[in-house]
Amino acid sequence: MTRSVTGVDRLGEVFTTAKAEDRAALIAYLPAGYPTVKGSLGLLTQALEAGADLVEVGLPYSDPVLDGPVIQHAVDAALKAGVRVRDTLEVVEQLAARGGRAVVMTYWNPVLRYGVDAFARDLASAGGLGVITPDLVPDEGAGWLDAAGREGLAPIFLVAPSSTDERIAATTAATRGFLYAASTMGVTGARDAVSDTATTLVERARTHTDLPIGVGLGVRNGAQAGEVARFADGVIVGSALVSAAEHGRAAVARLTTELAAGVRGQHTGR
Amino acid sequence: MTSASQGLAGTAHEPDDRGHFGPYGGRFMPEALIAAVDEVAAEYEKARHDPEFLAELDRLQRDYAGRPSPVTDARRLAEHAGGARILLKREDLNHTGSHKINNVLGQALLTKRMGKRRVIAETGAGQHGVATATAAALMGLECQVYMGEVDTERQALNVARMRLLGAEVVPVTTGSRTLKDALNEAYRDWVSSVGHTHYILGTAAGPHPFPRMVRDFHRVIGLEAREQVLAAYDRLPDAVVACVGGGSNAIGIFHPFLDDAGVRLVGYEAAGDGVETGRHAASITGGSPGALHGAMSYLLQDADGQTLETHSISAGLDYPGVGPEHAFLADAGRATYEPVTDAEAMDAFRLLCRTEGIIPAIESAHAIAGALRLGRELGPDATILVNLSGRGDKDVDTAARWFGVVDPESLPTEEPPPGTDAQTGEREL
Ligand SMILES: Cc1ncc(COP(=O)(O)O)c(C=O)c1O
Repeated sequence: MTRSVTGVDRLGEVFTTAKAEDRAALIAYLPAGYPTVKGSLGLLTQALEAGADLVEVGLPYSDPVLDGPVIQHAVDAALKAGVRVRDTLEVVEQLAARGGRAVVMTYWNPVLRYGVDAFARDLASAGGLGVITPDLVPDEGAGWLDAAGREGLAPIFLVAPSSTDERIAATTAATRGFLYAASTMGVTGARDAVSDTATTLVERARTHTDLPIGVGLGVRNGAQAGEVARFADGVIVGSALVSAAEHGRAAVARLTTELAAGVRGQHTGR
Repeated sequence: MTSASQGLAGTAHEPDDRGHFGPYGGRFMPEALIAAVDEVAAEYEKARHDPEFLAELDRLQRDYAGRPSPVTDARRLAEHAGGARILLKREDLNHTGSHKINNVLGQALLTKRMGKRRVIAETGAGQHGVATATAAALMGLECQVYMGEVDTERQALNVARMRLLGAEVVPVTTGSRTLKDALNEAYRDWVSSVGHTHYILGTAAGPHPFPRMVRDFHRVIGLEAREQVLAAYDRLPDAVVACVGGGSNAIGIFHPFLDDAGVRLVGYEAAGDGVETGRHAASITGGSPGALHGAMSYLLQDADGQTLETHSISAGLDYPGVGPEHAFLADAGRATYEPVTDAEAMDAFRLLCRTEGIIPAIESAHAIAGALRLGRELGPDATILVNLSGRGDKDVDTAARWFGVVDPESLPTEEPPPGTDAQTGEREL
């Protein structure tokens, strides 16, 4: 189906708006189903209300090899509580119905099992804008690229400090919406300092693409968000928000507000 | 006699450039590790054409690991297999006690070539961990081994061996605390350490080039055995059988027989309490295609693609996936895969102890159980070649509990294994 305004278009607006305001976009990750399906919807809504421009709805998976202990623990809890793939789609639908912009972050096997075409169709009709795939590289993504193209969804791939220029070129060519740059070599988890490998990676990627670039892995506070916002188009925050989520909606609101100030260069540091 | 390096020579049965065996294999993994697996693939490609590397591999396999391993005609065991001739390929006699050393020596040499100073490994039964710790000690590499906490308990002897050899053993407490979770942790380590660390994957699974490379290092098993059987009996076996966890010992012995159309290839998967109970680890028999740990293959998964928990008395077979080449051979019908329960495997374990004076690894006991079944089916004229992938020292504790031969009070935990007589806690040996 061809949609008049596609997910890719609406994702693009996130970055053009931020750019017009001379700031980076704030992208907040939280897993669906943590602490409950309804609870996760509340937390994600809170993040959007407190200043996130886009949310990444994590689809819980049993073997998250790119995630550190904080996210592992949260998705484990969600799975133990019985969260299903369709719950993630439901959360996206509810967010979209309230005007929120959401992409899904998922390991690939749940999508394979659901059916790549069916997943693309159902996510697009739920109002999702794209999918971040931590363990799918474009080399294995032919079917997904077709389905995403058909549904107007953004396939969002990752580049890492270890990516060769050749791979950065191929990966950016397959990516739509924004490119996800992993700031360091490692798994998700809040870190004390933003590594300078991130700046180098973003500079390298810019020689291959005009896509907006979001930087993730390790950002945990407003000051770090401010640092990343100086060289990236989007600041992606995951583990720190999941840790905040352990303390409830107010903690998520507080951290998101701080991060939103950070991406506007208004955070005064701590 | 065939040498180990001949396993690397290339065959008519290779995956495509990106590691696909038909629809299986490939690379389903984080971009951050692609450069590393590309480096491994390139280095392996160079190494397998480098006479110096090949000579060094052959020297180590011969003078250090003790290759070639013999083939034993198991005559007393055969009486229980319908009189069929049962030939055991004795990988249990290799240094460190299993086939795992074949792959590890190759990958450790590769690690040195790549200029890396540290190796990591996952291990279930601990045999791959011990082999890796051994090679690391031999070659002066740092070594860290990830092992599910459940497995550190049931294979405690191997934990002690690894520590004696200077490796650090990290018990993994996430998920089901078995082999699958050890793989997850090894991947997480590798993403952060890839600059100076090589991941010595222990089975013929994972992302390209591991399934092909690990297979090549193990092809020596089948190459030797084929030659040994032909020399001694002037004929090929009717069937070649092996246990299948990730599939490395099985693919190693199967592969050189792929073009021998008359030779049946049978892999035995761990059926735990029985495939019908859901408590098993039989990925091909009871699973469906999916992506896990870097490759597309058969997988035990639920309706949402979440990996299922597995159960097997054998730590080395207690894994929800299987190498992609086995998935391909299964679909093509060139090899068949059948389940063997804990109880069948332990019966075979006892029988091999009592008839041949060989204490097998519980993993390998699954292959013995399969051979007994197949022998009764094929009859007395048949010759069956079995890969006896490892020895059972590590399993003495588990077996003693299963058969109740040790005073339960003297054992570290009191929980009897499943299937033990509820009244007496004993089992006939
Ligand atoms: C003796 C022995 N045989 C078999 C296996 C199963 O592995 P694979 O299927 O890769 O041969 C193991 C694994 O730990 C083992 O130790």
